[in-house]
Amino acid sequence: MEPLKIDKENLKDILQVISKDYKTFCPQKTDKGFRDWRIINRDTEFDSEFFSYFDEVTLPKSSIKPFFFPQPETLLTFNYDPKAEDAFLPKQCLDKEPDKIDTVLFGVRPCDARSLILNDMPFKDDPYYNIRRKKIFLIGISCTKQSSTCFCLWTGGSPLGTDGLDIILHPLDDETGYVIEFISKRSEELKDTIFPEKFCSKASQSELDEIAARKEKSKSALKSMPNLAEQLKQKELMAVYNAPFWQDVAMSCINCGACTFLCPTCYCFDIQDEVVKKRGRRIRYWDSCMFPLFTQHASGHNPRGDKVKRVRNRFLHKFKYFPDRFGPVSCVGCGRCIKECPVNIDIREVIRNLLAVK
Amino acid sequence: MKAFSERIKEEAKRLLEQKEVEAFIGFSKGSLPMTTRPFVARTPEDTEKLVFNSFCVMNLARYLPEVLKSLEPQRKPQDPLPKGPLPKVGILATGCWSRNIVVQIQENQIDRDRVVIVGIKGAGMIDKRKVFAHVGEKEISAVEEKEDKIIVKGPEYEVKIAKEDVLRDNCQVCVHFDPVIYDILLEAPGAHEREPKIERFKQIEEIEALSINERWAWFTKEIENCIRCYACRNACPLCYCPTCFVDDSRPQWVGKSIDPTDTQIFHILRAFHMAGRCTDCGACESACPMGIKMRLLTKKIEKDCLNFFDTEAGLSIDVMPALSTYKPDDPQDFFITEKLFSKDSK
Amino acid sequence: MMKENSLKIKNPYLPYPARIEDVKVETEDGKLKTFRLIFEDDLLREKWEHIPGQFAMLSLVGHGEIPIGIASSPTEKGYLLFTVFRTGKVTNALHQLDKGARIGIRGPLGNGFPVKDELKGKNIVIIAGGFAFTTLRATLLYMLENRDQYGKITVIYGARSPGMLLYKEELEKWQKRDDLNLYVTVDREAPGWTGLVGFVPTITEQVSPSPENAAALICGPPIMIKFTMPPLEKAGWKDDQVYLSLENRMKCGIGVCGHCNVGPIYVCKDGPVFKRSELNKLPVEY
Repeated sequence: MEPLKIDKENLKDILQVISKDYKTFCPQKTDKGFRDWRIINRDTEFDSEFFSYFDEVTLPKSSIKPFFFPQPETLLTFNYDPKAEDAFLPKQCLDKEPDKIDTVLFGVRPCDARSLILNDMPFKDDPYYNIRRKKIFLIGISCTKQSSTCFCLWTGGSPLGTDGLDIILHPLDDETGYVIEFISKRSEELKDTIFPEKFCSKASQSELDEIAARKEKSKSALKSMPNLAEQLKQKELMAVYNAPFWQDVAMSCINCGACTFLCPTCYCFDIQDEVVKKRGRRIRYWDSCMFPLFTQHASGHNPRGDKVKRVRNRFLHKFKYFPDRFGPVSCVGCGRCIKECPVNIDIREVIRNLLAVK
Repeated sequence: MKAFSERIKEEAKRLLEQKEVEAFIGFSKGSLPMTTRPFVARTPEDTEKLVFNSFCVMNLARYLPEVLKSLEPQRKPQDPLPKGPLPKVGILATGCWSRNIVVQIQENQIDRDRVVIVGIKGAGMIDKRKVFAHVGEKEISAVEEKEDKIIVKGPEYEVKIAKEDVLRDNCQVCVHFDPVIYDILLEAPGAHEREPKIERFKQIEEIEALSINERWAWFTKEIENCIRCYACRNACPLCYCPTCFVDDSRPQWVGKSIDPTDTQIFHILRAFHMAGRCTDCGACESACPMGIKMRLLTKKIEKDCLNFFDTEAGLSIDVMPALSTYKPDDPQDFFITEKLFSKDSK
Repeated sequence: MMKENSLKIKNPYLPYPARIEDVKVETEDGKLKTFRLIFEDDLLREKWEHIPGQFAMLSLVGHGEIPIGIASSPTEKGYLLFTVFRTGKVTNALHQLDKGARIGIRGPLGNGFPVKDELKGKNIVIIAGGFAFTTLRATLLYMLENRDQYGKITVIYGARSPGMLLYKEELEKWQKRDDLNLYVTVDREAPGWTGLVGFVPTITEQVSPSPENAAALICGPPIMIKFTMPPLEKAGWKDDQVYLSLENRMKCGIGVCGHCNVGPIYVCKDGPVFKRSELNKLPVEY
């Protein structure tokens, strides 16, 4: 599919077109000062503050995880009236039109999109997640700058990565607009609806060359990075487990869930039943392996009652257990955990420590 | 500030070298600008890593019970403490943290005899979010702290900001900036100039002046981004319950997802559990990744406690927290809500 | 098989509806009950298959789910048995239910004992303590129904007191069989008890089963396992001959939610049955 070009001025038109047919979300400034995914509707102001997102490198506060793995997610519903014929009969709560796209995420950074490819692995049998994967369409934007907390290249990602995206926009150096690259098969089918001809033109050769050069640069940067997954897979399990640096890493941890909840690739959850009068539902909501009660048995025995065991478990899951089972590391290098950790536990220091284990 | 930081290092090193303490709780340098990391020094060499600046926003008292416990001999939970003196812990304490330590002593969470408190007079902490707001979405690569200002540097810019403009909300209204309990007392740079520039309960009075519907709208909007990570609860030195009420399943008091009702109940109930105990240290707000100003709830309760019971948390070890004491002449009119609103605010 | 599933999407979180056909109190303190459950769907009742050692998630809507080992053998057709200890929120609610009550079952989950491959042709030693005997009952019955596929079968089962033994009537029947060596013991002397007295590790030492072409299946509280290993090791047993069944806090049962992991493995998906040699290479997080 041929790449197109869109001028900056027409971005607003495209968003207005898309938001008519689909629930469209874009990272927008909130009154708390940070950007987060918000729906585009009649009240949305398409001002310079709105568009500065596409030129700056700010990540939205939340990843796209809440769209695919929301909390709460109703798994089942049931009638709690003992006299009813279907009393206590669980009924699954799945979308009635699983193949129809109903949501568009506009402005997804490559690291966040790549998290989908990673989360697909543990969730492969999960109908709730898989239906959402079909119903949500992702338009991404590649990164021209890097934040001090970005490290996507370490984890095998790239600022121009297309994993998980349907379409990607590449900002041009001259800041006149963006090159639009179509990635997935279904993006071709939707091309005329989302990017109608009157707002786009064919991308010129020089524009394509510019993007190709940027991709080349990123590729060679990636080649010069150590392959984290491969190196960690070769480490012996009990050697990394018993390494002495874990005490220092875990010292300041306050056992909250900030890192896990904002992380695009953390997916632990808990399941609970809620009943109000005669109706009930079984919901799934985010849980964190950092919480002390995460592993507590009904008897009171707690295999990971010590803080250091929990902290170690989280990092080993991401950088050892997950790659041993699925291949890549369970991290996209977005850096949210570094920014948001109240006590500044830095995952990059942990990675360096892990790589140094004999 | 660097000189003061060195002073703290010296003090901690001396305490460890002389074996007065076996651990010293302070801060080390963070890996990002405007960030510090709570740090427990266990040897005199460790103290080289200690720093102190206006970005020490976590409440160190939070670590006191767990560090004290880590120095006790291993034993089963039901076994009593062995007889004889146990290892001591040194800790830095600003005004509010020292008051938290008082409440921890009053509530039997720590033993006064096992703590060596290095009090810090007149410190005040900067809210890094106010600095971010000041520079917009620009990347910050370094922040240098001077006496009364900070110099923020980024790619292609540099800007100076007066410290008092970016102090944390709770530090701007603080009236108890000197430690109430200490073994050693140090004076932070600028301590003699400390005085609240903003009236103590001004933010609260602004909200109280709203109509009830406006107040509800304010509250629901403030809480709406909560992701139930419990950073606020876990950063608080007074939230030490082994099973928090949100984790209880028999009975289940609160739902665990981000359903708005459940989240609202969590914040309201937690604020009430802080009544008469909270010292407005601001760690909860500093820890929150979503920037929720939950200390406004506890500040309102602090105001009410002052009005109704004429007590404040942790000012004196002999005055127990308001809600854990009963006096026969306690005001009893709080069941009747009309009286609540007509009481004069201090 | 799932009638509501008009979308024909397989949903591992949707339980199969079943009804309690019978409730039997197993122990004198009333804390252990065996529930006989029948699927509401006829086809499922017929077609259900499982491997001994596997477990299922018992689902009580409105309360929650619990992972319980399947106590019935796959050779017992038409019903499933679960022996449940009353301890927490869901088990308390379950114990209050009576015949006819509706329960959900998600399963079979886990790996089970390798009765169809590794264990075939071997001499089997089953060692159980307390109420961990449940899945070993399933295993024992399966082996008795396929008796010629296994060598000598030795069972050592101990409980705190005679009243705390599970499956008492079946134990009596099995004592009478000549194709099985059954040693039932209680921790202390008790009035009316004429059987063995002594902790399971002590009896194991006395019996001293031979490791020759043998496998040991051990289920019990961690402390029992800890003290049972030395007598076996003394008799020459190797760690790759010993199979243990682990327990951990579980929620999804399918290796996704993250609660039950022991290092890289999930107890619900890669276990709960592991060889001791495999466990030696893992952190002790169970």
